[in-house]
Amino acid sequence: MTIITRPRDEAADSEVPTGQAAHHMDMNPIDLGRIEALQVLDEHGNINQARDPGLNDSELLAVHRAMVLTRAFDSRMLTMQRQGEMGTFAPNLGQEACMIGQVWELTKQDWFSPSYRSFGAQIQRGWPMERLFLLWSGYHQGFPPPEGVNDMPFSIVIGSHVLPAVGIAMGMRRRDDNDCVVVNFGDGAMSQGAVSEAFNFAMVDRAPVIFVCENNGWAISTPTKLQYATDHLAGRGVAFGLSSIRVDGNDILGMIAAMREATRRARDGEGPTFVEAVTYRMSLHTTADDPTVYRDSAESEPWESRCPIIRFQRYLEGRGLLSKDGAEKVRSEADAEVLEARERFRKIAKARPREVFDHLYKVTPSELEDQRNEYLSRLDRKGVD
Amino acid sequence: MPQKTMVEALNLALDEAMSADESVLIMGQDVGVNGGVFRVTKGLHEQYGRDRVMDTPLAECGIIGTAVGMAVYGLKPVVEIQFSGFTMQAFDQIEQNMARLHNRTMGRFPMRMVLRTPYGGGIRAVEHHSESRETYWAHTPGLKVVIPSGPRNARALLAAAIDDPDPVIFYEPKAVYRAFREDVPEERETLPIGTSQVVREGKDLTLISYGAMMRPAREAMEDLIDEHGIDIELIDLLTISPMDGETLCKSVAKTGRCVIVHEGHRTCGIASEIIARINEGAFEYLEAPIKRLTGYDIPFPYFQTEQYFLPDADDIIESVRETMAWE
Ligand SMILES: Cc1ncc(C[n+]2csc(CCOP(=O)(O)OP(=O)(O)O)c2C)c(N)n1
Ligand SMILES: [Mg+2]
Repeated sequence: MTIITRPRDEAADSEVPTGQAAHHMDMNPIDLGRIEALQVLDEHGNINQARDPGLNDSELLAVHRAMVLTRAFDSRMLTMQRQGEMGTFAPNLGQEACMIGQVWELTKQDWFSPSYRSFGAQIQRGWPMERLFLLWSGYHQGFPPPEGVNDMPFSIVIGSHVLPAVGIAMGMRRRDDNDCVVVNFGDGAMSQGAVSEAFNFAMVDRAPVIFVCENNGWAISTPTKLQYATDHLAGRGVAFGLSSIRVDGNDILGMIAAMREATRRARDGEGPTFVEAVTYRMSLHTTADDPTVYRDSAESEPWESRCPIIRFQRYLEGRGLLSKDGAEKVRSEADAEVLEARERFRKIAKARPREVFDHLYKVTPSELEDQRNEYLSRLDRKGVD
Repeated sequence: MPQKTMVEALNLALDEAMSADESVLIMGQDVGVNGGVFRVTKGLHEQYGRDRVMDTPLAECGIIGTAVGMAVYGLKPVVEIQFSGFTMQAFDQIEQNMARLHNRTMGRFPMRMVLRTPYGGGIRAVEHHSESRETYWAHTPGLKVVIPSGPRNARALLAAAIDDPDPVIFYEPKAVYRAFREDVPEERETLPIGTSQVVREGKDLTLISYGAMMRPAREAMEDLIDEHGIDIELIDLLTISPMDGETLCKSVAKTGRCVIVHEGHRTCGIASEIIARINEGAFEYLEAPIKRLTGYDIPFPYFQTEQYFLPDADDIIESVRETMAWE
């Protein structure tokens, strides 16, 4: 496992005179150069044995199913959105290996704090799909994390969830728990000051948190070259003293290998890790977005062949674990599972305008009760129940 | 006169300002090739280039902070924050620098900048995309706060905001962006900042609103006149701060009754300030308590229930009739 740590030029160090000013400054700028991304499975489905995380057959098939389910859910969401049943949402297409890989190693006790482009990971963490449908179609009932799932509600405000995730990890370290926190965000989020603050707090406190940046090349219409001026984001982790790694985010085994090491470090008290997962947003930013305005299809095309699911299927086929028909069966079962969830969603989806004052405070102040009563009589007048 | 949506009218004002003055520049997320997520800056990037229409990194605090520096240096940044909910990330720079630098330097440094941002509900948006927190900025000394209600006044007010020597927060009612078209004159037009507009004169009751709520207010006004014989005087606030108390008090001194409508939360909302002004300037003319119809003191609801949170024409009619019935 190549975890990049802060490079140190020992020779240069020893030349720095102590206690007396140098005659002239030797600028000797630090150059991290290019940082290769960890890859376990290449685009053709060939494996690098030395770095294989060694999942057993049933685990491999479960990982595959989870990625296929992510895609099935994603495409159903898009259909529902286009038919007016869903609100604006951010598709996961092409990022399925990031979705599943970043949470695969987590236990029920661990915590996960996702951004808005995370439903694949949320399903894997135990969110019923009908709840995610509820949430994205504008029902408050979709937001509370299910009992037994230690997840924060997803964050829409870019970067604002990262510091609280570090805080949870700071709490864990103080309680001597062996758990850890995974928090994810995009390449754009890396520009928010709060994310840099989070890196620093985590490192200073040696908090068991894993920062996963899904670098998908774009923040809405803003390409990474306008977002930051370096070749990679992993180096930013290094600058804060974090163990940092760059990984091929379309390689599920690479993601799992990186997360395995990162979670081990967190559990063993070795502190935080930064994982830059290099991937690509194959679809729209959100359903309100039109990428044809700002990006060439020529840019996206090479990524088709890097599809995380196809690549993994090739590998499973090579191992004799999955046939073409078998893959088709997994897909149709995933579709059916999503459709069943949609039926459950349709049964429970009901706006509850009478409850909008609930849960703001533990105990509603009496002044606010007056407002609630005023609001309720307005609903009565409109015949809304 | 060409008919334009508010988005097109704002685009026109930006284009005019940029072609007239080289020091005007635009900064924001996705304002370049994409033309902004609502397309207000569409085409400007091609016309004026990347240094004058800058796609910034994703950091609101960074955008406002660097714009402040540019303003100190004598440029006139017109900044777009993608949704007003994300001005919170820039609170530090707005409060500590944008609003105060002119004062701290006793006028030595200019602070000509405009912060444009869409606000308000009604578009079935996800969380944090429907806020109306204009109160924060009205509460901040040193800022001006402007909120247009239609294409024509949006163009004229944005032109005035860019001309203004002081920093302006310019809230754009996103529910109005493409809701209707209006005649917008070809020749450049401005409206004075700090002046409210009496949209219709009437003698029975003063109805005050601004921004997106002007639409239901107009609808209610027509119904109240036609169906209930109530002669409404309708005022479009246009500038929230500095507030045009004179126009408001003059109107209430005539009508004796007043209803105020806004989306923003009630406590310390803009209506609270309006009521205080009227209390100070027209108390002896009041024939009924002033009524405020506002957003409630709860977070903006998830979109399946947002329609009940936002005041509509029926609610306004109800409030006006209650106020008329008070003796
Ligand atoms: C504080 C804040 N500013 C702006 C936005 C609007 N916005 C939503 S997503 C997005 C781009 C995010 O890009 P990135 O972090 O790369 O994540 P990705 O969407 O690519 O997964 C922006 C600007 C927001 N949600 N929050
Ligand atoms: Mg991105």
